[in-house]
Order: sequence, then structure tokens, then C-alpha cells
Amino acid sequence: MGGVRTAGDLVAWMQLTRRMKIDQAKDYVAAKLNLKREDLTDEAIMAKVRYEKGLGSVIPDHDEYTGMAAKCKIAELLDISINSVNLFQKHLRQ
Amino acid sequence: MREVTTSSGDGCKIRLTEDELRKDIVTGSEDAARKGKIDGLTEAEINHMVDIFRQPGKTVSVEPGMEVIVTDDGAGISASWGKPSAGHALPMSDHQNILMYERVYCGDTCGLGFPDYSYKPVKSAIGYARSHYKTISMLTTIPLIYGSQPNMGMYYHPTGPIESPSDYFRAYDFEKAFQVQEDAAQMMRKDIFYVAEQLYEIGCEAINLDTTGSAGDAEFWGCLSVVEDIKSKMPDLPVEMGMAGEMIMGLHSKMTYKGKRLAGMYPHQQAEMAARAGVDIFGVAVNSDTARSTPYNLSRTVTFTKAAALHTSIPIHANSGMGVGGMPMTLLPPVGCSTRCAKALVEIGKADGL
Repeated sequence: MGGVRTAGDLVAWMQLTRRMKIDQAKDYVAAKLNLKREDLTDEAIMAKVRYEKGLGSVIPDHDEYTGMAAKCKIAELLDISINSVNLFQKHLRQ
Repeated sequence: MREVTTSSGDGCKIRLTEDELRKDIVTGSEDAARKGKIDGLTEAEINHMVDIFRQPGKTVSVEPGMEVIVTDDGAGISASWGKPSAGHALPMSDHQNILMYERVYCGDTCGLGFPDYSYKPVKSAIGYARSHYKTISMLTTIPLIYGSQPNMGMYYHPTGPIESPSDYFRAYDFEKAFQVQEDAAQMMRKDIFYVAEQLYEIGCEAINLDTTGSAGDAEFWGCLSVVEDIKSKMPDLPVEMGMAGEMIMGLHSKMTYKGKRLAGMYPHQQAEMAARAGVDIFGVAVNSDTARSTPYNLSRTVTFTKAAALHTSIPIHANSGMGVGGMPMTLLPPVGCSTRCAKALVEIGKADGL
């Protein structure tokens, strides 16, 4: 689907964490982003959305969310549990 | 009549007339339907597949809106790995390689593993696996899936502690041959659980049981059982399971799971068992016949994949590459075949991913 170039990683998170079929996963992500399903593979739209929401991107600026910081935002946006994010946030709290 | 250029199952380029193309597609679907006791492709689906092979471009793609995600069994780290793992031997770290896969190649997920790609050797190198995974997962945005093969055959002599069932079969001591397979399955089950638990502690986002069932029905039983174990203790650790082949070999033949005999199961039945065990994404693997054409092999795969996708509630990813998923049995598959296989598996086979 294009990974961080579009919304492929977000759809993949939904398949992994909620066992969603492809259409269901796309609909879920589109609803969370307030987009139409076809927007999920539109590079122009997704680049802007990913930057605004801090979800990581293909060409990240140096002050942009990347890696774990972007994953924290993704877990929050999609309302899912990501084990690495949980561990990182536990370390921040303790 | 215009001829279509494609490849045979061994990778050699071949040319088919449209009649030959259609005949191979029909025969392939009928073979899968007969073996799996499932529905064959409809006339419309056969026409669709003929169209996919007739498209004049060297490569093809799915229609807009039908894009799916990809998971892999080492594609994301192939640049830094060597030839035994089908890698490109570039002088770069796995860290650099995976970030390149995420931001340059734009993979939807990325697999990570140990070069000796089985759970048994990973157990011995678990400290390395933990630090490797933890460090890389701090840098990645896409799901990082730790993959390894169950590879129950490694538990038999001479590489493992358990006597080989083949020796007992040769001596007609069937009960002992069954017993050693069950012992190996239990040992493998413990090792996979140990690795999963160790990786979960350091934030593992998902694991992949890759090439499941390579040593037959006892191995499949061990894998289903360990998925239950994992989900019981670590319910939020996603598990992907990819298969070794289209049919579970009955090397034991009496193994059952939830009352169903595992030997002889085809993809739609395997997927159902996997879903019941707690698997989150199931990978269908359908073998290619090197003596037949890609349209024949792909038609079989699409027929099996469609049955699994329609039969099962969890996402189905079709394994497609190097001898499975319609693809020729070559290390460097022709792109004309790989893109046609991907398109047909998604548009006709209803795969949720590749």
C-alpha cells in the first residue's frame, strides 16, 4: 500500500492488532483520519495528514516525528496497544 | 491469434496462445477444487485472469482502491544479509537496511530475524535477538515483525537431541516413530514460547511463525499449540503464521487439533485452525509445479486463496515468491509473473495482503 508514503503501516497495524480484513482495516483508518478510503493511497493527501498528525513520513524534516515518537502518535490515533510503545511509555513514567 | 509471453514454473520464458492460456487456467483451478474439495473459479474469474495475462505491459498492478499491505519473511532485511538467505550482501547494518526499507522502499511492515532463521538457534542467541530488536524498534514507524521458522526437523538427529522418526519407520516401529515426533513438537513448542516471551519483554510488536508445517502434521500441531500458549500469556502480542506448503503432510498422521485431523489439510482448513488457535494473520502457501505454466500455477493458488479468504475471519496473506503463490521456482522471479500473481491474488483471490 505504500507504508509511510501513504497509510500502509496504519492499515497493517489494524490487521495485526485487531485481525481486521483489508476493507475493514482501511475503513477504520480512514474514519480515524477523517478521510475517504481512496485518500489512504493518495501520496499528496497522506503526506500532509501524516505531517500534521505526527505519524512519520518518507522525507521527515529534522524536527518531525519519527520512529518511536511517531509510533506513540499512531497508537493514540488508532486506539490500539503497541507493545514497544507501552514499554517506552512505562520507562518514561517510572 | 495473439500469443502471450509468460514463464513456466521453472522460470523459463514460454509463449502460449489464448486457447492454451485459458486451458491452463481452467485446468489449474479444477485441480485445486478437486484436491481441496472447494469451489473452482467462476467463468467471470477465469476471464479476469485471462485478461491479466493478456495485458500488454511487462508489469501490471491492481486497480486503484484495491491496494493491500505486505508482510515478509526477510525481504526487508535482504540488502544486508548474504546469499544463503537470498540477500544482497551489501556492507550495511540491519538497522540501516530496515530504515531504508521503511522510508525508501516504503514497505508496510518489516520482518526482522536471526541469520540462522529458526527458533531453535534463536533461543541460543536470545540476548543478541533482544538487543537487536529493541534498538531497531526504537527507530522504526512501521510494524516490526520478528520472524523465524519453527523447523521441527532441527530437533532430530544429527542436529537435535531426538531420534529421527525415519529410523523407526524403516524398522516398522510406528508407535515409536509417532512418539519421537510428538516429543520434537513439544520441544519446539517450548523453544518458540521462550523466544516469544523474551522478545515480548523488550517490546516486540509481532512475531511470525514462518514456513509452518515443514516437518508435517506434528509440527503444525506444535505451532498451533504454542500460539495458544502465547495468546494465553501475552494476548496483545500479534502472531502471523505462514505455511510451508499447500497440504499438511501426514508424517505422523494421527495428530488432531480441536478434534480435527491435521494431516491432509489444505489452506482453507489450515486457516480455520490457525484462527481458532489465535493467529492474527495467516499466510497461505500453494506450491508451484515447475513443469507447468505460471497461469496454471497461479490459477491453483488463486482458487485455494479465495477459499481461505472467504472461509476465515482473519486476514489472509498469500505467500508469493520463489516456488509458491503461482511464482516460478527461481531466485530471481520475472517481474511479469510477480506482478500478475499479485494482481490476481488480490483481485480474484481476495487476499488481504501479500
